[in-house]
Amino acid sequence: MIHSLFLVNPSGDIFLEKHWKSVVSRSVCDYFLEAREKALDPEDVPPVISTPHHYLISIYRDKLFFLSVIQTEVPPLFVIEFLHRVAEMIQDYFGECSETVIKDNVVMVYELLEEMLDNGFPLATESNVLKEMIRPPTILRSVVNTLTGSSNVGDKLPTGQLSTIPWRRAGVKYTNNEAYFDVVEEIDAILDRTGTTVFAEIQGVVEACVKLSGMPDLTLSFMNPRLLDDVSFHPCVRYKRWESERVLSFIPPDGNFTLMTYHVNAQNLVAIPVYVKHSINFFESGSGGRLDLTVGPKQTMGKTVEGVLVTVHMPKTVLSVSLNATQGSYTYDNATKVLVWDIGKLNPQKLPNLRGSLSLQTGAPKPEENPSLNIDLKIQQLAISGLKVNRLDMFGEKYKPFKGVKYITKAGKFQVRM
Amino acid sequence: MLCFHVCAGEIFELKAELNSDKKEKKKEAVKKVIASMTVGKDVSALFPDVVNCMQTDNLELKKLVYLYLMNYAKSQPDMAIMAVNTFVKDCEDPNPLIRALAVRTMGCIRVDKITEYLCEPLRKCLKDEDPYVRKTAAVCVAKLHDINAQLVEDQGFLDTLKDLISDSNPMVVANAVAALSEIAESHPNSNLLDLNPQSINKLLTALNECTEWGQIFILDCLANYAPRDDRESQSICERVTPRLSHANSAVVLSAVKVLMKFMEMLPKDLDYYGTLLKKLAPPLVTLLSAEPELQYVALRNINLIVQKRPEILKHEMKVFFVKYNDPIYVKLEKLDIMIRLASQANIAQVLAELKEYATEVDVDFVRKAVRAIGRCAIKVEQSAERCVSTLLDLIQTKVNYVVQEAIVVIKDIFRKYPNKYESVIATLCENLDSLDEPEARAAMIWIVGEYAERIDNADELLESFLEGFHDESTQVQLQLLTAIVKLFLKKPTETQELVQQVLSLATQDSDNPDLRDRGYIYWRLLSTDPVAAKEVVLAEKPLISEETDLIEPTLLEELICHIGTLASVYHKPPSAFVEGSRGVMHKRLPARTGSLVSVIPSHTLSFFLGGDIGGSAAMGAGFGAVPAVMPASLNAPMGGGLGDLFDLGGGVGMPLGAYIPPKTVWLPAMKAKGLEISGTFARRAGVIQMELTLTNKAMSVMTDFAIQFNRNSFGLAPAGPLQVLSPLSPNQTIEVSLPLSTVGPVMKMEPLNNLQVAVKNNIDVFYFSCQYPISMLFVEDGKMERQVFLATWKDIPNENESQFQIKDCHLNSDAASNKLQASNIFTIAKRTVEGQDMLYMSIKLSNGIWVLAELRVQTGNPNYTISVKCRAPEVSQCVFQCCEAVLKN
Repeated sequence: MIHSLFLVNPSGDIFLEKHWKSVVSRSVCDYFLEAREKALDPEDVPPVISTPHHYLISIYRDKLFFLSVIQTEVPPLFVIEFLHRVAEMIQDYFGECSETVIKDNVVMVYELLEEMLDNGFPLATESNVLKEMIRPPTILRSVVNTLTGSSNVGDKLPTGQLSTIPWRRAGVKYTNNEAYFDVVEEIDAILDRTGTTVFAEIQGVVEACVKLSGMPDLTLSFMNPRLLDDVSFHPCVRYKRWESERVLSFIPPDGNFTLMTYHVNAQNLVAIPVYVKHSINFFESGSGGRLDLTVGPKQTMGKTVEGVLVTVHMPKTVLSVSLNATQGSYTYDNATKVLVWDIGKLNPQKLPNLRGSLSLQTGAPKPEENPSLNIDLKIQQLAISGLKVNRLDMFGEKYKPFKGVKYITKAGKFQVRM
Repeated sequence: MLCFHVCAGEIFELKAELNSDKKEKKKEAVKKVIASMTVGKDVSALFPDVVNCMQTDNLELKKLVYLYLMNYAKSQPDMAIMAVNTFVKDCEDPNPLIRALAVRTMGCIRVDKITEYLCEPLRKCLKDEDPYVRKTAAVCVAKLHDINAQLVEDQGFLDTLKDLISDSNPMVVANAVAALSEIAESHPNSNLLDLNPQSINKLLTALNECTEWGQIFILDCLANYAPRDDRESQSICERVTPRLSHANSAVVLSAVKVLMKFMEMLPKDLDYYGTLLKKLAPPLVTLLSAEPELQYVALRNINLIVQKRPEILKHEMKVFFVKYNDPIYVKLEKLDIMIRLASQANIAQVLAELKEYATEVDVDFVRKAVRAIGRCAIKVEQSAERCVSTLLDLIQTKVNYVVQEAIVVIKDIFRKYPNKYESVIATLCENLDSLDEPEARAAMIWIVGEYAERIDNADELLESFLEGFHDESTQVQLQLLTAIVKLFLKKPTETQELVQQVLSLATQDSDNPDLRDRGYIYWRLLSTDPVAAKEVVLAEKPLISEETDLIEPTLLEELICHIGTLASVYHKPPSAFVEGSRGVMHKRLPARTGSLVSVIPSHTLSFFLGGDIGGSAAMGAGFGAVPAVMPASLNAPMGGGLGDLFDLGGGVGMPLGAYIPPKTVWLPAMKAKGLEISGTFARRAGVIQMELTLTNKAMSVMTDFAIQFNRNSFGLAPAGPLQVLSPLSPNQTIEVSLPLSTVGPVMKMEPLNNLQVAVKNNIDVFYFSCQYPISMLFVEDGKMERQVFLATWKDIPNENESQFQIKDCHLNSDAASNKLQASNIFTIAKRTVEGQDMLYMSIKLSNGIWVLAELRVQTGNPNYTISVKCRAPEVSQCVFQCCEAVLKN
């Protein structure tokens, strides 16, 4: 099982170590640091590395490496999932996951890690169970603690630990009972030079924020559930009901959680909300070139496209750019060769355009590789797949909750080849 | 690595605070200590002061002290004992949280004295009324087993653990399964997880109710079950399928493993079989939208799944298209799967993508994309023409590494479709000068040699390479030699001088045995019988196929059983690399009931023939193919030399018993107050045993025997207590066999195989030292792959090679090989040169060190020469002594 955990910052310093079995010397990280040196980007470090006596499984998240050491055969996905859970726990407790925050709360992080695994086996990873064992820091509580001498560590067995619904604690009470659901869809797409879709799919997620007293039993139904190609559920969702009736029936955890994620990859269902007209030319002589970009709305279902941001990875020899944007502003980073054009809201009447000249390193030949263009965007009040929530019903409790559903569409990995 | 030390002043200050009367101050001090500990500073000096804080009703303080204890108890075992009382008391606490915490922490303190006290509390906790305590105790059994396996067995904890599988609480069941699985890993032959339909039913029930992690343990355990028939198989599959929709990707992949395995038993015409196939695709696709690290593991597994059951993902090609911001390790894996899924139906799309990738920035990725185009051409015949023209386009870009990769793959295309695309040779020749990588140079030389009759200036081209012959890599040298011989056979008149030149370069001026051997063979062939030479060298080569990239079917079957594990990431069987998995059982897919299909592939054979000599499979280059087409008449003038050279099968004879040296007296009675010990060492069925004869030559009864080893070179340690159950009366002799493990502490001894032993009885403690034959450390899986052997032999520097003489040995080489094999010295290959048999042998020591050896046996000469090569040259002497002892007995 999971033997040890090391947290490593981007410059290669180990700033926290935790061992769940015998202590493994931190020199084992040298193999990892070596691989880190070799990789161009921190993202490119291979997630599984073998050393003579151990295996190192790591994730790169929030600009930190979470590096675990294992000695026997353990499912790597199990380890990776757990590491992500650690990062989420830190985020959840301290509001952000960064070296500073971890260093400031090092003892509490250490205590939490001890609660999460026992002998390398997961013990308590549900946020609500952890929070009953070790209460998250608040200014008020630390004042109270100093005055009364009480502590942050719960001395009762968390109720969720053993029940068949470990995700919910008992005795939840709210004065305002409310349940909000956000349907968030991301479009992953590759468009080729002519604008034809090479590949497109939608990754959807239903995020919930449920603040309901007692033990509510909810049912959420969609207008068009057959749209979804694949779904994964939070453990609270009753799978049998979904199989037979296509409704989500569940006793929700308290607070924020991901109810389900889904996938739509029938190509004809994936609408592409924007188009890009682009031309990039380099002169045969090799001294420079020209760039011309225009972005316009395509299938937007009548909604406004906002937050448009175009990122172009230029060939290595492009030294500087001199461009003119009709809307928004652009920056060019010579070190990373990335051109970022922040457009903002798309106005269908007056399409934003960016054009001008590129200059190359003197003596460099005409670049061979094609630059690639990525787009970020946002559309409020629209799930691009057309998915719609039909109704939400509550059973098991008497009060009338406040309910709300919000839709939003974003670009995921949305790439245009130039 | 930086070394952290806490300065004395800081320690002093903390000490004062820890001993403060104020609770709050104490707690803050312990927190400071823990904070130092987490960043790797050494605060072990505060041990007594921290332990003093343990007796408290403040749970947070208690937990903090426990954290400290777990980290440092091992370095301060005597002081750790101070904590025992508190633990034992806490195990009786009315609060289940405290009981569980105590038993959990105690199990983490790896000190023998503490584990003795752990047994009673643990026994109670395993039967505790509170399931939270029971589930914690289950894990504690696994911890204790790791520290002292014997104790766990003696105390009957394993049976209690097995009972917990039927516990009413699903979390307890899951933890019991997890603990048993971990214990079972170190006891491969025990039937700890003896699954029957009843227990399977319990597991399936618990599966629905336990946490996500518990589900992983249970699914992995289920995967080891062998259903009785297809109906049981189907019902398990039906109950596992809902797990495919779990948010945790590890649960999904473990479920995929169970389904892939049990599907094997379902009849293919069953409706349910089709339904199941359809259900597998979407979750696999969804895994690819997760974080990149998860994607990587998923892709490695999908790679296996598409080889076993291509139909599952055949319509999902597009999800494997590479995105610009995928990390490189994801890109490379996706590319591999794209090729595996390529078919006539989607080849146009795939090629368009690959061409796109070939213009990206990342060099590794571009190279692989170019290779992928070549693999497409070989896999999908209809696309070959389009692939070749795409490759030619890429060559036109003149980007150096693209050109070189393209030439390497075009050579493979020539071998798959001979006499079809040779018109492009002219274009290739234009790029001759820009090739600086050995593989590309070798490929180009092969092309020139193979098609010498179509290239007017072939001799000039090859001659130009010859100038720097000695600076070329072996691969290029071998290829150049073959190519020039081919050229000579095709155009004998103009190239006589050239062939002379290359033969003398290869045979006289080179130190490389492979090159020399190949040179001599050509030389002899050409001088004895040029017609036969032509038949051999210019023989028609077998076509290559895409199968060279596929995983060998038996290995694939095993890997499918290990989906989701490290083995599946490395595409190697677990036995090949997981340390500490002693003799892992090979898993096989269940066979369909009633069908008697053998799965041993004819393909394995071609794999060996194609791959052995030339390096890459496709590089067989006319030479690998020789034995298949060699005319029988050729054997005679060569004195059987060629035949033997290719008969690399290695003599596998009847297994003989491993060599066991006779017992010698290690401890004479005079030195040990009447106790005489003689003994020897043996390796039986993979277990090292110390076989002792104890004789009581004193006048009184001897009891209470115990044995201990000093640290030694290979970490030998007794794996159990010395089993002298009844007292040894005067003049009585008993034989004891003590199993040894190799996981003890290591210290280099002089001589290397020296072992210092202490034996205790009721009278005194006695010390002696003995030497063990190193052959008992030779493990059973010490047979190296041939390619690996060649590479390793070259890789080990020459100064690590030592040569020894074995005198007066009257065995022939086959008998010697059999004898050595019985002691786990494996013959990898044998060849005969000028009446001298050369055996190439590999040995693997229990600590993972490989030893390679070459044994020369000359017919009629009783003196053998053995050359030993090893990365740790200090073992060579011992290995030689062993070989000598084995051969002479």
